[in-house]
Amino acid sequence: MRTNSRNFYLIPYVLWIALFVVTPLLLVLYYSFFDIEGHLTLENYRKFFTPVYLKMTLSSFWYAFIITLFSLLIAYPTAYLLTKTKHKQLWLLLIILPSWINLLLKAYAFLGIFGTYGAANSFLEAVGIGGRQILFTDFSFIFVSVYIFLPFMILPIFNSLDELNPTLLDASNDLGGSSWVTFKRVIFPLTLDGVKAGCQIVFIPALSLFMLTRLIAGNRVITLGTAIEQHFLVTQDWGMGSTIAVFLIIAMVLIMVLTGRRKRGIL
Amino acid sequence: MKNNRKWPAVYLALIFIILYAPIFYLIFYSFNSGGTMYQFEGFTLDWYRELFADTRLLIIVLNTVIIALLSAAISTIIGVAGALAIAYARKRRVKNTLLSLNNVLIVSPDVIIGASFLILFTMIGLKLGFVSVLLAHIAFSVPIVVLMVLPKIEEMSTSMIYAAMDLGASRLDVLTKVILPYITPGVFAGFFMALTYSLDDFAVTFFVTGNGFTTLSVEIYSLARRGVSLNINALSALLFLFTIILVTGYYFITKRNEKPNGMGVRQ
Repeated sequence: MRTNSRNFYLIPYVLWIALFVVTPLLLVLYYSFFDIEGHLTLENYRKFFTPVYLKMTLSSFWYAFIITLFSLLIAYPTAYLLTKTKHKQLWLLLIILPSWINLLLKAYAFLGIFGTYGAANSFLEAVGIGGRQILFTDFSFIFVSVYIFLPFMILPIFNSLDELNPTLLDASNDLGGSSWVTFKRVIFPLTLDGVKAGCQIVFIPALSLFMLTRLIAGNRVITLGTAIEQHFLVTQDWGMGSTIAVFLIIAMVLIMVLTGRRKRGIL
Repeated sequence: MKNNRKWPAVYLALIFIILYAPIFYLIFYSFNSGGTMYQFEGFTLDWYRELFADTRLLIIVLNTVIIALLSAAISTIIGVAGALAIAYARKRRVKNTLLSLNNVLIVSPDVIIGASFLILFTMIGLKLGFVSVLLAHIAFSVPIVVLMVLPKIEEMSTSMIYAAMDLGASRLDVLTKVILPYITPGVFAGFFMALTYSLDDFAVTFFVTGNGFTTLSVEIYSLARRGVSLNINALSALLFLFTIILVTGYYFITKRNEKPNGMGVRQ
């Protein structure tokens, strides 16, 4: 009885996995061995190891790293202070709320704010620094990316801080630990899981951003994601696009292994 | 530590201001009678009027909502089946394999999901458009539903199922009268998550949508690339309102989730 009903539930789900998880990944791998004319070749892989693509990969990783770093630096204190507030679940919800607003609209808002006559420039002029080009620079790209990923970094860190047993802090205090020592030796190590999860949630999408690079960075920044989109939708070179995708998947798996298994239910 | 208690509040306030500024910036300028996002000339509702007169855009909104509702409903059904399949898998290895495969689409960058689905749909000869977008949205929503429903099933005591079977319930009765009512909050949470994922998605849709069919995100992207136009602002104000309603609904459902014995819960 149990066995039969179990098999019954498995059918639609396993079908879904086979069709939409396993097959697409295999197809990407398959296509990576074809050049633009449809010949079976390893040319794409050779091309990937030329300076053009290696430089792009490196800069993509660099931007993702910077974005993750800034998100973490801003998110950790935020999450920490949030756990100290009275109605912390409500405040957390308010922090998460902007992440539910369509991503494109937020990016679009920054077109106005960072534009030549936008709010940011008016502010700079008001304080006497003077207006300057903000949109289409590295700064605007990193700022907007951090803005977008911030809630995703705060959430897992908040959860792990929230689970922290407060008696441990008292113990550290009683044993003479200063607040910095307590943070370094007790709080941070115990919330490392949340930090890792947050970095994972931010780093992987940051590697593959593509619409922000076009809207905010004005095509100046090319990430792996931009390159994949370019190859698939503009130059129609699916083979090279797939090859880059294969490397992105490898990078993703490596990051997952490095940062450990993500805890369930963190999203 | 205690003598400067103002700084935490200032820091948190700053984070909140930064997180909400772009959204309110957009909404503020949606009432601007001038056509730009930097000079407020006077109050007007023209942009809203224009929005509601724009049949093409309204059809796109309708498309987006239909896709979201349909994909959320279908992915909820598959996801619940999947959660049941995972929960009732007897072998640990089967369970872990299913869970890992389930998480592939959650951690994969959108670009890779989009590109691989594009290959898949082209391979099986599916015309890009409504159906391909719908299938893609179902595909990436299923794992979310599984993750939302699974904990609910696992916390449910199996003795309830045995009791029902001892009392002569058929397999269908067990599912509809015992399991489903118990996991309803999880199912609703999964449905809402799937809904917001679908409404919010840009990257995957961008890949699998053909020429004739667009969703809101894709449309905003192409509008934003052409520059600022204030009916997008009006649209974003409405979407913000809608999101708040959705989030509030979701908040109350998860609240109910936490307190399964609360009053007014239909059993």
